[in-house]
Amino acid sequence: MTLPTVTTDEVDPTRLRWRRPRLRFGRWSAPLGIAGAAVALIWVLVAIFAPLIEPHDPLAQNLPILQAPGQGTFMGTDELGRDVFSRVLSGASVTIPLSLLLVVMSVLIGAVLGAIAGFFGRWVDELIMRITDLVMAFPTVILAMVIAAALGASLFNAVLAALIVSWPSYARLTRGLVLGLRQSNYVVSGQLLGFSALKSLWRDIAPNILGPILVLASLDIGTAILLLSGLSFLGLGAKPPTAEWGSMVSDAVQNFDSWWLGLFPGLAILTVVVAFNFIGDALRDALDPKSNTLRGGGLTL
Amino acid sequence: MTAPVLTTSDVVVEYRGRPPLRAVDGVSLAIGAGEVVALVGESGCGKSSLARAVIGIEKRASGTVTFGASDVPVLGIRRRPRALTGMQMVFQDPNSSLNPRRRVGDQIGDGVSAALARGEAGSNPAEWLERVGLDPNAARSYPHQFSGGQKQRIAIARALAARPEMLVADEPISALDASTQTSVAALMRALCLEAGAGMLFISHDLSVVRRIADRTLVMYRGRIVESGHTETIWQGPIHPYTQALLAAIPVPDGAGRLPITPMDADRLAWTETIPEALERTAP
Amino acid sequence: MSILAITDLHIDLRTSDGPRPIVDGIDLVLEKGRIHGLAGESGSGKTMTALAILGLLPESMKSSGSIALMRDGATTELLGASRQVLAAIRGRRVAMVFQDPSTSLHPQISVGRQLTDHMRHHLKLGKREARARAIELLERVSAPDPSGALSKFPHQFSGGQRQRIAIAVALACDPDVLLADEPTTALDVTVQAGVLQLLRELVDDSGLSVLLVTHDLGVMSAVADEVTVMRSGRVVESAPREQLFTHPQHEYTKSLLAALPGSALEESPEALVHELLAAPIQEDAQ
Repeated sequence: MTLPTVTTDEVDPTRLRWRRPRLRFGRWSAPLGIAGAAVALIWVLVAIFAPLIEPHDPLAQNLPILQAPGQGTFMGTDELGRDVFSRVLSGASVTIPLSLLLVVMSVLIGAVLGAIAGFFGRWVDELIMRITDLVMAFPTVILAMVIAAALGASLFNAVLAALIVSWPSYARLTRGLVLGLRQSNYVVSGQLLGFSALKSLWRDIAPNILGPILVLASLDIGTAILLLSGLSFLGLGAKPPTAEWGSMVSDAVQNFDSWWLGLFPGLAILTVVVAFNFIGDALRDALDPKSNTLRGGGLTL
Repeated sequence: MTAPVLTTSDVVVEYRGRPPLRAVDGVSLAIGAGEVVALVGESGCGKSSLARAVIGIEKRASGTVTFGASDVPVLGIRRRPRALTGMQMVFQDPNSSLNPRRRVGDQIGDGVSAALARGEAGSNPAEWLERVGLDPNAARSYPHQFSGGQKQRIAIARALAARPEMLVADEPISALDASTQTSVAALMRALCLEAGAGMLFISHDLSVVRRIADRTLVMYRGRIVESGHTETIWQGPIHPYTQALLAAIPVPDGAGRLPITPMDADRLAWTETIPEALERTAP
Repeated sequence: MSILAITDLHIDLRTSDGPRPIVDGIDLVLEKGRIHGLAGESGSGKTMTALAILGLLPESMKSSGSIALMRDGATTELLGASRQVLAAIRGRRVAMVFQDPSTSLHPQISVGRQLTDHMRHHLKLGKREARARAIELLERVSAPDPSGALSKFPHQFSGGQRQRIAIAVALACDPDVLLADEPTTALDVTVQAGVLQLLRELVDDSGLSVLLVTHDLGVMSAVADEVTVMRSGRVVESAPREQLFTHPQHEYTKSLLAALPGSALEESPEALVHELLAAPIQEDAQ
């Protein structure tokens, strides 16, 4: 064991406030994050106000079928005479709330389990982590498919299936974060002052681990959207005639020539997922300016 | 000395390995109320392990630690027994001793709550800030707004707000600027004596310890090799290790005198046990 | 005779609020064959000054002034020197030893190679000569089992031994100046004694010049010939060692000595506590 180094107030040259951005992507992360937040906000508003904005009833089959965009409708009509634009808007009100709900519930379940495992250690940790490992051992999408198929195709079951496969990564992350702080002097001080486990977790540990969890959650929203849309695409989620982007893309496969049937719901998925990804990246960079991003093409020291 | 507040008997702390590493090899000590006892030694001698075993952060392989009337349990899943919140700790690293996301006043308030829960007198966090030399209005500030030395003083305030009977300080000044080390150590002594608490002060810096400790325990390789009245030991160390330690301290008097380097042959004598060197009293 | 002269050195840190001075115009002269102590607390700028000599400042720092290395009548300007000049100087004329013994040596290169690599580069020595010289150096610094040590790795040595080896590496090409940045701070006091003795011997026997940067005034008192005290980037006082310790001129120096157990100006614990509590609140940390 070596004696401690002296510097408590020293200017540490590696932790300077002014930092020339060395990440090719990192320099853009704030503007992109803002752009992403703007797009996400627009979509959230669409999800809330869809019934008011949509020009046609998304379920009404009263328009000429398979009409290309520009001939009376903004995004064309599908094979049953429904307005694609209205269905895309309405789809937002299905996908976005459910995805957000999925992420929130995964975080809650995963983080609580992970925190318990990390804080109490020993057999509690072993038990929870082995269960986590077990679930994580299966490929996410396939497991979700199996569960959804077993429970029967419905949006509710799709969310349930997605929840089951999503919580483990939060449990792992939270456990690691809690372990990192568990032996910190201030946590031990709290215990010496008579804090109960709950008090220690709530006061001392939770506020200091929120950052990384938040980052993972925001990056995960995109994954949640893709998972739910994917399950619906496979017929394991939303049931017809519900307007849901994934099932819209699935239906579009049958009418390949009508390019507008798959393009617009696909673009909707793309823009929402990318928007949330940019938010997540910006949050991650904001919380830790020294983090690496491989996307930028270079690690930085 | 009146009935001691903290006693240990033959404490042994071992770490895993083949063979297991004996960091603490049978240490017994007793500290009374209002007494400052220093535990000194170089790196690897086991002083931190002993401190941690005494307060219950580290597991003991054998031996007993008694605080007041009760045995000190290891900190675990169970909540710390209320009576034991009368023993508090100050850590070496001020930067990790405070929760970065809570106001310092609230954190000192935790100490106050612990005192109240034991039926002791309450106090005001702002008062404590003043008593450690900081601005009482700073109670609403967050730890990152303070320097390392200031954070350490806040940690000390929090520990003392719990009105402990015993304060265990593990290298509390080592990470501070040299110019404040002695001041903060002296402050800790003053505040403990005021509160009638005992203090176990662990340090590798003998010069500072000389100024604030009533008794000193010199530790080498897990054992106490010399102990007793501080000034008596300083004026006439008996054990060869204590002698080498004192001779190796550079004295800042400007005389250009090199401290004495112990020879390899000398080191062999350091593992001896010399009964006369233990429990020395003032002449 | 001077060997290194620092004149009006300024080092600024580029921040988002504009340049912040780290070193604010200091002068220092290192005499040949002497140990010059540069003392100061954290944030005084002493380490940056040492790094500036070898052009090791981080990119975000801007420097101006002059750092002149004088030898055989020729003067080489080190501040802002080209990479070729610095490459020729580093290790060969000016070498450095750092604080942390666990990171001052490359963990995955044998001690022997760490000694011989740059010897062979700078001094153009053959393999056998370099090896012999390496053993000599290790003997000089009293490293244990010099010939055996060549094939060992840093983790096989203790902190104090590693620091000695780091000194040997620094001395490998027979430099004129050795910069030592807190070389004994991380060492136990009994180990420190040995390293300080080594430094003093090297200076007395071989005419090495040392700039010793440390906050530890006890170390200064033991080995330094001249002492310069820095505070907040400026020189506060500079004097021969004995004079500085027994008759300090500046208030700051006096306060440092007052807080130091064993110094002539030492104050009682009660007085120190009184000062601590009465002191105006220092500026908040950045």
